[in-house]
Amino acid sequence: MNDPIRLIGVSKVYPGGIVAVRDCTLNVPAGQTLAVLGPNGAGKTTMIRMILGLAKPSTGEVRVFDRDPRDSDARLRIGTMLQIAEMPAGMTVREHITLFSSYYVRPLAIEETLKLADLESLASRRSERLSGGQRQRLAFALAICGDPDLLVLDEPTASLDIESRVALWEQIRILKNRGKTIVFTTHHLHEADALADRIALISRGRIVADGTPDAIKARAGTAELEAAYLALTRVDTLEAIS
Amino acid sequence: MTNVANIYALETKFEFLKQLRRPAYAIATLGFPLMFYAFFGLMSGLHNNGLSLSTYLLATYGAFGVVGASLFGFGVSVALERGAGWLLLKRASPMPPLAYFVAKLISATAFSAIVVGLLFAMGALFGGVHLAALTWLQLGGALVIGALPFCAMGLALGYLISPNSAVAVINVINLPMSFISGLWLPVNALPPVIQQIAPFMPAYHLGQLALSTIGVQSPQPWYLHVLVLLAFTAAALSVAAFAYRRDEGETYG
Repeated sequence: MNDPIRLIGVSKVYPGGIVAVRDCTLNVPAGQTLAVLGPNGAGKTTMIRMILGLAKPSTGEVRVFDRDPRDSDARLRIGTMLQIAEMPAGMTVREHITLFSSYYVRPLAIEETLKLADLESLASRRSERLSGGQRQRLAFALAICGDPDLLVLDEPTASLDIESRVALWEQIRILKNRGKTIVFTTHHLHEADALADRIALISRGRIVADGTPDAIKARAGTAELEAAYLALTRVDTLEAIS
Repeated sequence: MTNVANIYALETKFEFLKQLRRPAYAIATLGFPLMFYAFFGLMSGLHNNGLSLSTYLLATYGAFGVVGASLFGFGVSVALERGAGWLLLKRASPMPPLAYFVAKLISATAFSAIVVGLLFAMGALFGGVHLAALTWLQLGGALVIGALPFCAMGLALGYLISPNSAVAVINVINLPMSFISGLWLPVNALPPVIQQIAPFMPAYHLGQLALSTIGVQSPQPWYLHVLVLLAFTAAALSVAAFAYRRDEGETYG
């Protein structure tokens, strides 16, 4: 009952009849790191939006800390990273963090957020002058600055080079070791394998596999997650066609 | 409670700083009205209804200034932040949703006050504008409060137009509207056709209200201008509310 996230038979049908998510049931217990993995258009982002109270399930129910995700008591316990095309120009890294920290009741000290996101040397730089990787670290900083219990990260390492990606993994691991519950989406199997306790594999809006990285490999009968991913998503496609 | 007050204060402070540091906004909202007033208001000795043109045009360029500050302050930033997904991140955060709009309102109003203050200084120092202290206050008050309908219009535009074309679309609306409304040249100096269209422009009514504070007789009674501006505000807010809900509906519907 007290799991940070509970999806109960959730479906999302967009106007026009496109089914983005169908009948998903998923509980994320406290302290778990869950990777939501799937090809483009599988429904990952829609699922994340429903968890954040930004999209309403067509059927079923989403509960976050046993509340409606739009409830401010739920939002105070969540830190979010979305795919942002551009941050508003004209504010420094420190100012962005100061503003987002103010939304929370017991935020981290600004200095600690800067340190955790490896932004100490960039604190007084305007966000529009950051590189792609630095901007992603700022987005990460805005997610963690409120010291939330639950982190929801939508493709946190999208479009990052390998170095920045590995650095962000390290930062996510630190949060994980602090006992945070973390849900992130990714295309990178390697990333899911490296960070997650559990993987939910999504294809065509459905959870087609759910378990530890090892269990998923075992189920597909292969040692490589890459092969497991292809096997499991393809089976689902074939089922859908037949 | 102090926490909530703190959110509003910080949101407003950073909204204002953000706009101040954006050269395109600062130049468009402060630079153009001042430059136009310098060219058209200060450089000729013409009179209109017994007033010096520099005094008459101080009121109308003041209106031009606050309309621009409001339309750009709201419209461009809302369109950009919405288009980039920033607004969605804000909505997912624990920020009280109203704080976002209140911050923009206060920031745009502050810019309106600044542009009016600068124009007043210019008129008094270089244009030989002499007004009683109370008249300065009435004119300034009418302009800054009269900017509010255009904040509502900017908000509605911010939800309707795409981020890439926001600046262009607002210019295409603002510049002809200002000209037709008699904010650049006195209405009675414009071609008769335009004089006929002018009362259909919201900015015309702001201009006439501002002029009435310095004793220029309007063809319509002052309360009609107030009523039109109120009705226009209500209409703009309804459009904004509709667009806001449509926006939410795409995700939350």
